Amino acid sequence: MCALRPSKRTRNRNIGITLGPYFLLVLLVLPFVGSLASAFFLKTSSRVLPSWTAGGVSLACLLIVIASYPSITEGQVVRLTFEWIPQLGLEFKLRLDGFAWMFALLIAGIGLLVVIYARYYMSEEDSVPRFFSFLLAFMGAMMGIVLSGNVILLSIFWELTSIFSFLLISYWHNSSAARDGARMALTVTGIGGFCLLVGLLLLGNIVGSYDLDKILEAGDVIRAHSLYVPALVFVLLGALTKSAQFPFHFWLPNAMAAPTPVSAYLHSATMVKAGVFLLARMSPALSGSYEWFILVGAAGMITLLLGAYFAMFQQDLKGLLAYSTISHLGLITTLLSLGSPLATVAAIFHMLNHATFKASLFMAAGIIDHETGTRDMRKLSGLFRFMPITGTLAMVASAAMAGVPLLNGFLSKEMFFAEAVETHADSFLDRILPYVATLAGAFSVAYSLRFIHTVFFGPKPVGLPKEKPHEPPHWMLFPIELLVVACLVVGVIPAIAVGPILQAAAMGVLGPDTPEYSLSIWHGFNLPLVMSIVALVAGALIYILLRNYLAQCKDGAPVFRRFRGQRIFERILVEVSWRWARLAERRIGTRKLQPQLRWVVFTGFVAGLLPLWLSGFEPRPFVFSGVDKAFAAIWLIGICLALGTAFLAKYHRLAALVMLGGVGLIVCVTFVWLSAPDLAITQLLVEIITTVLILLGLRWLPKRNEINDAPITVRARLRRFRDLGLAVCCGVGMTFVSYAVMTMPVPDAIATYFLENAYSQGGGRNVVNVILVDFRGFDTFGEIAVLGVVALTVYALLRRFRPADDTMAMPEQQRAQNRFDEERPDRSAGDTARDYMLIPSVIMQWLFPVIIMFAVYLFLRGHDMPGGGFSAGLTLSLAFLLQYLAGGTRWAEDRIRILPLRWMGAGLLTAALTGIGAWAFGYPFLTSHFQYVELPLVGKMPAATALLFDLGVFSLVVGSTVLIMVALAHQSIRINRLRAIDAAKTKET
Amino acid sequence: MEIILSIAIGVMTFCGVWLILRPRTYQVIVGLSLLAYAVNLFIFSVGGVKTNVPPVLVDGTATASLADPVPQALVLTAIVIGFATTALFLVVLLASRGLTGSDHVDGRSDPS
Repeated sequence: MCALRPSKRTRNRNIGITLGPYFLLVLLVLPFVGSLASAFFLKTSSRVLPSWTAGGVSLACLLIVIASYPSITEGQVVRLTFEWIPQLGLEFKLRLDGFAWMFALLIAGIGLLVVIYARYYMSEEDSVPRFFSFLLAFMGAMMGIVLSGNVILLSIFWELTSIFSFLLISYWHNSSAARDGARMALTVTGIGGFCLLVGLLLLGNIVGSYDLDKILEAGDVIRAHSLYVPALVFVLLGALTKSAQFPFHFWLPNAMAAPTPVSAYLHSATMVKAGVFLLARMSPALSGSYEWFILVGAAGMITLLLGAYFAMFQQDLKGLLAYSTISHLGLITTLLSLGSPLATVAAIFHMLNHATFKASLFMAAGIIDHETGTRDMRKLSGLFRFMPITGTLAMVASAAMAGVPLLNGFLSKEMFFAEAVETHADSFLDRILPYVATLAGAFSVAYSLRFIHTVFFGPKPVGLPKEKPHEPPHWMLFPIELLVVACLVVGVIPAIAVGPILQAAAMGVLGPDTPEYSLSIWHGFNLPLVMSIVALVAGALIYILLRNYLAQCKDGAPVFRRFRGQRIFERILVEVSWRWARLAERRIGTRKLQPQLRWVVFTGFVAGLLPLWLSGFEPRPFVFSGVDKAFAAIWLIGICLALGTAFLAKYHRLAALVMLGGVGLIVCVTFVWLSAPDLAITQLLVEIITTVLILLGLRWLPKRNEINDAPITVRARLRRFRDLGLAVCCGVGMTFVSYAVMTMPVPDAIATYFLENAYSQGGGRNVVNVILVDFRGFDTFGEIAVLGVVALTVYALLRRFRPADDTMAMPEQQRAQNRFDEERPDRSAGDTARDYMLIPSVIMQWLFPVIIMFAVYLFLRGHDMPGGGFSAGLTLSLAFLLQYLAGGTRWAEDRIRILPLRWMGAGLLTAALTGIGAWAFGYPFLTSHFQYVELPLVGKMPAATALLFDLGVFSLVVGSTVLIMVALAHQSIRINRLRAIDAAKTKET
Repeated sequence: MEIILSIAIGVMTFCGVWLILRPRTYQVIVGLSLLAYAVNLFIFSVGGVKTNVPPVLVDGTATASLADPVPQALVLTAIVIGFATTALFLVVLLASRGLTGSDHVDGRSDPS
């Protein structure tokens, strides 16, 4: 599984790691575990516990990363592979090389510093556990991106970072800026992530594997493939959106609504680096072509210049830093576009340097915000006298950002300048690059100067939201101190401080192509140095010239502040998700049921006709096969009844219902006739229950008769003709299709399999029942679940049911009966209703045990003879139903208490447990077992586990049916209470 | 046999489709029931129209001469689910009638 070489194993043992490659898994899983653990502290108000958890997790990750250093030097790679979806050739593969290691170091290291900082930054009112939970989850997702050895896995973690970034930006969800910023970031990076997935799928398709190693090896194949350009464009869309490159840069400044630790961590050090990480990672496979240079280079150079230009004109401290981040990411992208090994080394070096100085600057900005209550540079000034340590640290970090010698930013910027002067691909872009680079350098000097000068120098600030700013607690400064020291150390002794790390990272990307380069401060007086000097001087001049304008101008660069990416984005969003949706709804949608049904029926008809039309309909000679006269006679009646139902359903509901029942009975007889006794039993029982239900419902429908209705308009008449036409078409079509199907020879499909195996495998002679409870048991399980859901829905709907006003009054018949009772001295109201059909009701009461017995009989014989859980369940519920009919709801409920919910629960559980029981014996869900047992009195009995499953079906059917019926029946009792409430209300008024 | 059954299916489809396109909820529920009969019979008939064959396994009878169990199993579940949907629709109909005071499918009170 692992690809460690033996020599490395011994070396690992020397420093005490015995985990093998499994430390990769620990590294990936630990942050997620920490995130879940933090989530458990949600109830506590303590800030200490979650921050210690987060700190501990990041520290552990950092230590693991540092300890794993020996296993990645000299271009070595650690791999860990698990099976994931072998059917699709997907492996869960983790992979650590020098480049991934450098990123893991950044993620864990800066993560730890951010956690320490956030511990003091977050206030008492914030939900600290939630914050750390999200932060750790993000850390895990980010680790996932850099450690993925499979591009599909990478894409999943990529999406996860977008989601956690969304959650972290919207952490203060009471602020609308945070919500909007988060949504925009999610939309942009989410669309980008989707494009990335498409691109990676294309790449996987070209290479024939989703394994990162295989893709990186197949660079020549990929570049020669006809799908290279689409794959490249999609991957770039993913990378450029994530790294906020032009024209997708606009989400990053809006993401600054996040808490500052988040900005420092996600939006400067790690997540936005994921885009350039991916570019560098994929460069062996994708770079080197002209398309790559043009697309990546154009995006990078525009971003580099525009970002720096915009940064100068920001009034918000974090806004300035955000645009500066965009510009620096543009610098890295530009370097990567060049495709030369030296440029790649410079890009990797700058990723490292930028993370250190920018994270510290964000933290400093957070402290300033924390202490003064504002980030507006028009209000801030002269803070150095209050917070000299913060000021000094910020100055060093900004100097690094500006590229001042003896700091780390200078080194990578020099390397950038050196590469900019080189000619790579002779084109316009290449020729202007030195000038663009110098100009962007000058801008970055200008905004760095502005940052320091405005905030820390000048007169004392007036009118700050918080009076008397002072230095923060020491531990809040500690992360900045550490990062600034890193900037200095790297800047002064680069070869010793980061030489090995950079070498390992470059080896990770470039492999054997890693060039020779020198990491030193002094390369002699050469062109890059001249460019640096020009940039420094020009930047200082720009700042001096613009100083007065900047001190009071509006937020944003002149002219450009009108074209705000955010506005354009929102307009597009509104256009698509609101206007177009509305338009589509208006044009092609309707909320009326009739047109919808008409379209459904019409589409169904066309869908049935089209294949016949296309494949040509071959009429067969009609062979009259003889007609059974009795069968013809009952269907003659059936057809009349069906037509009668259709005709009477509007004005004569009861008659229509009776006729419908008649049709049902004839269908039932047909089933018997055609050798399907199981269906006949079920149909008969369902028919009875449905009729009773509809009878119960009739009570609540309005009176309707022909005389009171408005006369039919011409339009309505036309509509009727259209519907009639459609109905005739459907009817005729169905006649033809069913005749064709019935007269065709039945193909030998799956029926034989079931017939042959029902007894030997299912232990039953009733094949229909065996199919239901054994072969297709899982379907039946789903079906009874549906039945249960329907019953609960019916119950829930009826709980709030309030009949319409015109049906609130007592029915006419009851009123007449009560009047009759009241007129007689020897009777009291309700007597007639009680005595009505007395003899049948006594018979029905007596039948109760008989029907129960019948249900048991149906159930037990079900596996071998017609019957089974469904029909037994329906029969038993009919037994209950008859008691309600015989004595009335009150009478029945005084005597038997049915708890339908218990029946349903027990049924579902029994069925599920029977299925799960198979697992205990090592078989798949719902595998059944059967044998015969001798029972006293009963004799030899088949005892299959399927019978137990059938018992579950039985119980659930009883519960659901009874629940539905009782809920409906209770409405007549509830109405008395509603009437009483209404009466009380009218009395009050 | 086949011709009678197919005409019956056709007529029930005709009545069902006509009814579900009507504006009154009661007509729709009755129409759905009729349509369900037609569809159930249709699915059932796909297995072949056989009279007087044993529906369960009998020793000594060839499996080919038995009734096709697969459509039967399908229709059996369809009958039960049909019952569930009818019940649900009935209650939705009642709730809509209670809320809007009308038995029009869209809850409108104007006649159409």
